[in-house]
Amino acid sequence: MDMPTTKKKLGIKERYALMTRGLDWETSYQPMDKVFPYAQFEGIKIHDWDKWEDPFRLTMDAYWKYQAEKERKLYAILDAFNQNNGHLGVTDARYVNTLKLFLNGISPLEYMAHRGFAHVGRQFPGVGPRVACQMQSLDELRHAQTQIHSMSNYNKYYNGLHSPTEMIQKVWYMSVPRSFFDDAYTAGPFEFMVAIGFSFEYVLTNLLFVPFVSGAAYNGDMGAMTFGFSAQSDEARHMTLGLECIRFMLEQDPDNIPIVQKWIDKWTWRGIRVLTLVAMMMDYMLPKKVMSWKEAWEIYFEENAGALFNDLARYGIKMPECAKQAFIDKDHISHQAWATFYQYSGISNFHSWLPSEEDKDWLSAKYPDTFDKYYRPRFEHWEAEAKEGRRFYNTTLPQLCQVCQIPMIFTEPDDPTQICYRESDFGGEKYHFCSDHCKHIFDDEPEKYVQAWMPAQQIYQGNCFPEGADPTAPDFNAVEEVLKYYNIHNGRDNMDYVGSEDEKNFAEWRQTSTKN
Amino acid sequence: MQLDLRTVTIKPLRQTFSHVARRIGADKAASRYQEGTFDLQATMNFHYRPLWAPDYEIFDASRTAIVMADWYKLLDPRQYYYGSYTLARARMQEAAEADFALVEDRGLADSLPHAVRRLAMDLYLPLRHLEWGGNTNCMSLAAYGFGTAFTSPALFHAMDHLGMAQYLTRLGLVLGDEAELTAAKQAWVAGPEWQGLRKYIEDCFVMQDWFELFTAHCVVLDGLLFPLFFGEIDTHLAAQGGGAVLSMLTRFEAEWFIDATKWTNAVIKNAAGESAANKAQIESWIGTYLPLAQAALEGPARSAFGAEAPAVIEQLTEQFSARLAKLGVSTAQKG
Ligand SMILES: [Fe+2]
Ligand SMILES: [Fe+2]
Repeated sequence: MDMPTTKKKLGIKERYALMTRGLDWETSYQPMDKVFPYAQFEGIKIHDWDKWEDPFRLTMDAYWKYQAEKERKLYAILDAFNQNNGHLGVTDARYVNTLKLFLNGISPLEYMAHRGFAHVGRQFPGVGPRVACQMQSLDELRHAQTQIHSMSNYNKYYNGLHSPTEMIQKVWYMSVPRSFFDDAYTAGPFEFMVAIGFSFEYVLTNLLFVPFVSGAAYNGDMGAMTFGFSAQSDEARHMTLGLECIRFMLEQDPDNIPIVQKWIDKWTWRGIRVLTLVAMMMDYMLPKKVMSWKEAWEIYFEENAGALFNDLARYGIKMPECAKQAFIDKDHISHQAWATFYQYSGISNFHSWLPSEEDKDWLSAKYPDTFDKYYRPRFEHWEAEAKEGRRFYNTTLPQLCQVCQIPMIFTEPDDPTQICYRESDFGGEKYHFCSDHCKHIFDDEPEKYVQAWMPAQQIYQGNCFPEGADPTAPDFNAVEEVLKYYNIHNGRDNMDYVGSEDEKNFAEWRQTSTKN
Repeated sequence: MQLDLRTVTIKPLRQTFSHVARRIGADKAASRYQEGTFDLQATMNFHYRPLWAPDYEIFDASRTAIVMADWYKLLDPRQYYYGSYTLARARMQEAAEADFALVEDRGLADSLPHAVRRLAMDLYLPLRHLEWGGNTNCMSLAAYGFGTAFTSPALFHAMDHLGMAQYLTRLGLVLGDEAELTAAKQAWVAGPEWQGLRKYIEDCFVMQDWFELFTAHCVVLDGLLFPLFFGEIDTHLAAQGGGAVLSMLTRFEAEWFIDATKWTNAVIKNAAGESAANKAQIESWIGTYLPLAQAALEGPARSAFGAEAPAVIEQLTEQFSARLAKLGVSTAQKG
């Protein structure tokens, strides 16, 4: 046989198919369901993996080339920013506290996303989604590492950034973002894709990254802004993957629709609860504010996600029920959260402070129905107390919601003066929730949520003291020992911003670097 | 506000993160590899057990029989984090791209003797499936392995295998066409000479202990396969009149193995060096998989070397044993 001398030119789609699905084969020495043991148990029915439409077509050589180019640029900017003490150019050292929230609470989730996508990138029997998930796994490792590298220089000069990998596993409020990701990781591969690929990356991602990246830009932080912008083209790929995954599941079998709907409902709410931290960051922590949480919610959820769910209606998917409560909550959650962190600043790894007169006026304008009525008085009371030398620190551990793990700080949707409490009985025990939606999530999978590592209970059970601590000793100081376990440096990482080392150092350094 | 900052030296409060300082000392500046690697993976206070593997924690050191007091001893001597990894691969792909372009632009494939071109396709094209299998296995390592020091390079390895499956596909499209790829897949699935390898790799797919999987695939199988295909067979094809053309089209694979070996060597050396029990376990795995890998490679080796195949494999095994001996691991059959 002679070799062909003129070859048919392959189209991009055909060529990409040869580079991916063409590689796969049906195993026979080992049964397929042993090779892919987790593809069935969630009840999602897939009849034909070949119906998967590749949301992007990237071969590894192209991936290496593009991504390396991005890394070259990113690290060049970072190096220059660090060399020039770029951190002294930020609006105010209060700003650095948003980075503490990010590096401790978000970057470890990027790492978890990397491992989670590695897992589903191994387990999906279809090659198309498998390869796309693998690339996302690699991207998420990039995000974790570039974030650490971008903030590494801040860690050299500011407190509260020194132990992100330890704090995410220990500090009380960190169980909010962490349990969110542990929850997704421990679910089946299809639920993981709905949780992270769709609900998080598609529906909610703009509410996380836009506030942080534009917050960085507004406040003069080139370092954080650069990794944010650099991640954007990755995020675009991740969003198309999440959407394709949903479309694929819904089109494969009508029996998948109610399962997917249940997961969308659950993960939209789980995500919204985590975003409480972002809400607070936007409204209270950025010295120069970008927009209010409420405005961001209206644009990125009510408008954008609203349009998305209109689009998904043809598959029989509806806007999650919880959106109604979130619509009411948008006027409240940032204030409730900051009021909580203000009180618990003694056991947190970032500083809190009271809003200035200018801040309060901004909040009144942005939240005309709620700020002056419910929240201004509370902050002004604390302000008066602080002036008298009685800065309020709460040391009584709050009760936490068994699902989202946020302290019980949220109010009834129809009465902002009443804290919302819900409970369920399971296995002879009572469990508490912040909302109907968290209770609903628990009631659907109680065996899972009873396992949660609840920070407050863990402290009471004596599991959050450093090794060798003796709670029976007469001079035992529980708070100090918990801080040691958290690796929060008492008096440096925690407490009010006013009077902090960060405040003092920043003022001093900025002065030396700007005077002639 | 635009600030004009003078370049002043301000004294940092600390050099690096607490967990990094604990490992390298508080007075040292840490590298990007160190800050991007140490302790990134959670080890405690997990919230829920995986629904799909309730016997384990989310990350669980007991998923392997290998025991390390500190999993961050398994460092990557290449010090790859995402940025340095992609830069290194971008350089390799640039070189490979130039070679592919040269072969294609000059029509060098047409200059190959018919028999050489045929043999190259028969040998290299089924390998794209094996490389895809390598991707699958290394994804297991990245997902279920313990400690970022190991799992990050495992993911890089997985993506490298995908990349190589794609380079081999391109090789197929340069030397032949789509029909050749289909025929090669048929050979992979049903051709008697490939069934040993296919069985070996499918057995790896269901292996539960990730370090065993690493040993069976990345150390033993790749340790013989890459020198066989991109060393011996490459030399053979060149001598048969292939010249440098096929070496150019498999340049990435050959360079990759040199780079990859730095990592696999370090992992084996440090894990075996940790304890006599680890060393015995690794040697026992090698004792199991080395004869299987030798037998599995005999089919394709025979296509190239005929009756000489066993001797070629024997020689590669000797080189492999010498490589492992330097790492403190013996491949001598016990019993
Ligand atoms: Fe990410
Ligand atoms: Fe809740």
